[in-house]
Amino acid sequence: MCGTCGCGSEEGGAKIVMPNTGKKHQHGDHIHSHGHNHSHDDHHHDHEGHHHHHHAHSHDGHHHHHHEHDHSHSHKTVLEVERDILQQNEIMAARNRGYFDAKDVFALNLVSSPGSGKTSLLERTLKDLKDKIPFYVIEGDQQTLNDANRIAALNVPVIQINTGKGCHLESDMIHDAVKKLHIQNNSVLMIENVGNLVCPSMFNLGEHKRVVIVSTTEGDDKPIKYPDMFHTSDICIINKIDLAPYLDTNVETLRNNALQVNPNLKFFEVSATKGTGMEQWYDWLEQQVQVTSENH
Amino acid sequence: MHELSVAMGIVKIAEDETKKAKAQKVTLIELEIGTLAGVEFESLDFVWPSAVKNTVLEHAERKIDVKKGLALCADCDTVFEVQHFYDSCTHCGSNLKGILQGKELRVKALEVI
Repeated sequence: MCGTCGCGSEEGGAKIVMPNTGKKHQHGDHIHSHGHNHSHDDHHHDHEGHHHHHHAHSHDGHHHHHHEHDHSHSHKTVLEVERDILQQNEIMAARNRGYFDAKDVFALNLVSSPGSGKTSLLERTLKDLKDKIPFYVIEGDQQTLNDANRIAALNVPVIQINTGKGCHLESDMIHDAVKKLHIQNNSVLMIENVGNLVCPSMFNLGEHKRVVIVSTTEGDDKPIKYPDMFHTSDICIINKIDLAPYLDTNVETLRNNALQVNPNLKFFEVSATKGTGMEQWYDWLEQQVQVTSENH
Repeated sequence: MHELSVAMGIVKIAEDETKKAKAQKVTLIELEIGTLAGVEFESLDFVWPSAVKNTVLEHAERKIDVKKGLALCADCDTVFEVQHFYDSCTHCGSNLKGILQGKELRVKALEVI
């Protein structure tokens, strides 16, 4: 691991692991180089006129910051790049989406803070619906096969991605994982993201719907404390609804806060452990699967 | 710490474009980042030296054009400034809005030699 920035580069990036075999697949697309140079003298936020094509004639003999000693001219060329920084992730996400669409696979990206009950909700859903709908699961966690083992115990095909020190799943990891899942047509793919309410919001995995799960124990101001995730989600599942009477959390306030960030959110109030409210969520899920197969 | 992924994305674009232009390295990189893009500028500063080490960007000067958030109210068509996604329309108080500006996360230009 890298103690400097917290990424998993030294471990070779994310690992994809099958729970039954324990076989590991290196995810080696990430070039991470880490020095220990922490000089912060490179923050130039000046906005003087932009030079758009000028020729700098650097003559040797003068002091140069770049330690270059070209004896002719060094031509500075301005490239108008205009490229999105997350373009690579978006391209791979589009590839994933194309694959899902071609196979009528309805893909969900489940995001939340750690401990909101993502895996419990998933377990309950799989247990109750797996005879009606074929499910596939991708589990994202920094470490361990624990979640994948919980899903594998239900006889649902599952693959674990361990991100090491990484804090979110990226579309190329899904691309690699999906290839190993051998998904059949007309099924549902549940991607359980790393428990983190910040970073995964920026990374499209190619999913059809993003589902943010928030539990009543987290407080009713969660949506405005972490607006990015609620802004990019389509569905908001409020979990542990059975505990609400014992807490200071006001579910109505929670909903209103979420709506303030994203007025298009659709809500489900459930208790994954008690089974309360799961019917509405199942109805919606079954409806979506039907719509996905009818559209193609 | 997704800023590292962002920085690595910037490095990848710079490496690709520099190679395409048959240039050696980048002397200046201009970025456009919106305040609603989900990037913590201090975190980006922190990971930058590690991310660019041994790449074409190692000695490049970095300029960031920070785009403030602007939204168009879906109910009353007012264009207003937003600091957060949950800011309501300053004119009618509606939450329904389209983000016009502020989600930019882009490499605008590279000056290469």
